[in-house]
Amino acid sequence: MTAVLSGFTRRGTPHPGGTVWRFRRNKLGLAALSIITFYIVVAVLAPVITPFADQGRGTPDLPNRLMAPNSTNWLGTDDVGRDVIARLLFGARTALLIAFGVVSVSVVIGVVIGATAGYFGRWIDETLMRITDMFLAFPPLLLAVIVAASLGPSTRNTIIAITVSWWPWYARQIRAQVLSLRERPYVKAAQALGVPNHRVIGQHIIPNAMTPVWVQATADLGAVILVAAGLSFVGLGTRPPGADWGLMIEEGRSFVLAGQWWIAGSAGAAVTILALAFNLIGDVVHEVTSTKAGD
Amino acid sequence: MPYLVRRFLTSLLVILGVITITFVVARLVPSDPAALYAGPRARPAQVEQVRQDLKLDAPIVEQYVSYLGELSRGDLGISFATRQPILDDVVDRFPATLELALLATLLSMVIGIPLGVRAAARQNKASDTSLRLLAVTGVSIPVFWAALLLQLFFASRLGWFPLSGRLPSDVSFNEPTGFFLIDSILSASPSNVWAVLRHLAMPVTVMALFPLGLTTRLIRSSMIDVLAEPYSEAARLAGVPERTVLYRLALKNALAPALTILGLTFAFSVSSAFLVEAVFGWPGIGSYLTSAIQRLDFPVITAGALVITVVYVVVNLLLDLLHAKIDPRVQLS
Repeated sequence: MTAVLSGFTRRGTPHPGGTVWRFRRNKLGLAALSIITFYIVVAVLAPVITPFADQGRGTPDLPNRLMAPNSTNWLGTDDVGRDVIARLLFGARTALLIAFGVVSVSVVIGVVIGATAGYFGRWIDETLMRITDMFLAFPPLLLAVIVAASLGPSTRNTIIAITVSWWPWYARQIRAQVLSLRERPYVKAAQALGVPNHRVIGQHIIPNAMTPVWVQATADLGAVILVAAGLSFVGLGTRPPGADWGLMIEEGRSFVLAGQWWIAGSAGAAVTILALAFNLIGDVVHEVTSTKAGD
Repeated sequence: MPYLVRRFLTSLLVILGVITITFVVARLVPSDPAALYAGPRARPAQVEQVRQDLKLDAPIVEQYVSYLGELSRGDLGISFATRQPILDDVVDRFPATLELALLATLLSMVIGIPLGVRAAARQNKASDTSLRLLAVTGVSIPVFWAALLLQLFFASRLGWFPLSGRLPSDVSFNEPTGFFLIDSILSASPSNVWAVLRHLAMPVTVMALFPLGLTTRLIRSSMIDVLAEPYSEAARLAGVPERTVLYRLALKNALAPALTILGLTFAFSVSSAFLVEAVFGWPGIGSYLTSAIQRLDFPVITAGALVITVVYVVVNLLLDLLHAKIDPRVQLS
């Protein structure tokens, strides 16, 4: 049973019918996974891949401004002459840093708050969940906008701003999990044996509550990338000369209608493809981990 | 306590919470709130003036109480860029945004519900897979980029739609409601209606993309659940035609959860209005916020976000009450 749930047999091969086995049979999922792997690899290797690493980091090259795609600059150059591919590669670093940063910090906060609320119940639960609801009451993006405006725009503050609006979803989800796990016999047994609360939560409850959270977190990576792109598009995210896709769309925006489409065009495509891959992975992971047939 | 009263009280509490969070973020998070409120080009003397006006040196509890007092009088502060009370600006611009958000929500429902039903009926067949891919793409495109693409192709290259704005400069009519679609119909001039529709087309399409994907996905999964119920099977076995099973029997049960997405859809429309209006130069509350961000007009940013959030909470409250009216089981939970 545990083998089927974890997806692997004892020897470490995928368990037939288990989640990993089912994932491997899913072509969409595999395609999405290869796209994400590709983005991560090129982001890590960015300075090695492009001959224009300095431009990728922001150094202008004014004589070559707004060059159309050609044999040297395959996707052209931007309004201060930087190679668009180099900017895209370094932009991938920013996007992935923000996505993984926001989701992992949010999960940690969500686990602490959600588990505390669910495990202790009563007024602790009531208070923590009312506070969570207040954060959830903001339309997505708007809370991030206020926080980013107060902190001032930068990549780090983008991570903080989006995290502030993101953790409540996980807190709610973990609380619901913990509420049902709290009543299981093995938890009752641990409590009866005098195991301290923090160990019951840490070793018996949280490990068993995490599966749906990971599914949600995977699906959320795409959404975080879109929100981050939106923030930098309106000027509340990464600032020039930092490399950021949302910023590239904003910088290239005024040139699009004049026919110089390659700056905003390629940055938008980069965002869309990565967000699409994360959303597909989220869909597929949801499908292979859910026990209901056909869902 | 009756459901209605309970739900109403929690909404009040949530609004108070939203105000408190906004207050904390605006007054406690920045290192010098006075400098933010005074704007980027303020001289030191002006910053000091703002510090005194807003009592930013007072203890935080005192500030909070006077902030609540101002809000309860409808005083959202003054934009230092337009020198106008923010409330007036917001009220002026609200119908433009609401018109976009409502039409986008409507469009996404009208297209998304049949698409979701179709996908569920042909579960795991090729057309289901392609619909799902389409739906996922809809939620993966950055709205402001989609807006740029539409502008490039349909306005700039093909010239089918105007590039931006709400009306051509030579067209005007009475604006009793502020919703130009309704106002233009009231003006009884087909050319006015046509001008309004042409301006609405691109922003509404872009804003409907995300909710369209969301609606299709949610209707699909909720239809699949309903179709697996014994009563759907019973209807089929009794010889009820498939179309009737799908659209008359199953959809009715699958729509109740869809009502909750209506709130989500509206929320996403409001959030994307924020990005889309900036691209299309749409004179709503979204572009009011983005231009405030560009000018670092801090009072407008916080007050604008607060107003949108409160509207959002109220809309959700209304939808929940409607949901409870349609499905009485909700009241018991």
